[in-house]
Amino acid sequence: MSADTLHNSAHGHDHHDHEHAHGEAPHGSLRGYMIGFILSVILTAIPFALVMTGKLDATTTAVIVLSMAAIQVVVHMVFFLHMTTTAEGGWSFLALLFTVIVIVITLSGSIWVMYHMNANMMPATPAAIAESMSQQ
Amino acid sequence: MSAQTFEATANGETPLFYEVEEHHHPEGSSTMLGFWMYLMSDCLIFAILFACYAVLGHSYGGGEGPKQLFELPLVALNTAMLLFSSLTYGFAMLTMERPGASVRAVQGWLIVTGLFGLAFLCIELYEFSNLIHEGAGPWRSAFLSSFFTLVGTHGLHVTVGLIWLVTLVAQIGMHGLGQANRRRLMCLSMFWHFLDVIWIGVFTIVYLMGVLG
Repeated sequence: MSADTLHNSAHGHDHHDHEHAHGEAPHGSLRGYMIGFILSVILTAIPFALVMTGKLDATTTAVIVLSMAAIQVVVHMVFFLHMTTTAEGGWSFLALLFTVIVIVITLSGSIWVMYHMNANMMPATPAAIAESMSQQ
Repeated sequence: MSAQTFEATANGETPLFYEVEEHHHPEGSSTMLGFWMYLMSDCLIFAILFACYAVLGHSYGGGEGPKQLFELPLVALNTAMLLFSSLTYGFAMLTMERPGASVRAVQGWLIVTGLFGLAFLCIELYEFSNLIHEGAGPWRSAFLSSFFTLVGTHGLHVTVGLIWLVTLVAQIGMHGLGQANRRRLMCLSMFWHFLDVIWIGVFTIVYLMGVLG
């Protein structure tokens, strides 16, 4: 049984090396996982600390929190998902690029259109009527 | 050697050439790319749920908002659980890739990963039940509907990942670390890390930005 398992894994390893030559997704190393983990801890701890203590003003905090999230997504992609531009002959990176473009269009479009719908087509409340009267 | 053959019909029509043997693709050689495509389409589902939350997230319906409802220490703990589980899954993959890897060691790391995942789910369910007891269930306002849909969908993915993980622990126990099982473990690895990436979006957009105002 154990010899069989050993043979299996040894064979698997050979095959794996063979696939590597064909541009199979690269695999991580202990160092890579640890770097990714430590970076993630830092990039998570700082936003939580900033929001929970409220040391900086809201706008600065928002900018830092959002940019650290964006950096952390890249860190996860590189160190945990082993994303490279050459994995799978570049097809997985192309798929990722396409997805990111669709996400940006979906998110910015929804927020933009719906914000204007909210701002311009809200049913008139007494407060809004009073405000428009005072502007005239 | 020749993979080609032809048929010439009796009445002298042009011979028809076709390949008898298919191109040789090693079994499972396209699985990782296919699974990546699935993850990208799953990403689009989450993108749409994030867009819903971005649009509806300020419609409190006269009820309480994120500032009153969310407990950041709990969310920080949850984030830590998921991050630890990502690291331990990485250790499981490293153990698997070592030549002559022992099934027990891989199973051990997978179980640790599963326990972190389970802790994440329990904390999330505790948070949900607290919210519902406070009268802030998904029916209360558009903000809470979109919150429960987004975070709940992520939680559902983690649940499915846990079921998959338990299945694979049993499967490598029965059949060892063969080529097929390695491929399955690599797919689950991508799925698990992907869920952690989505969670970055959730804790940033929903919790941190929500509490910030």
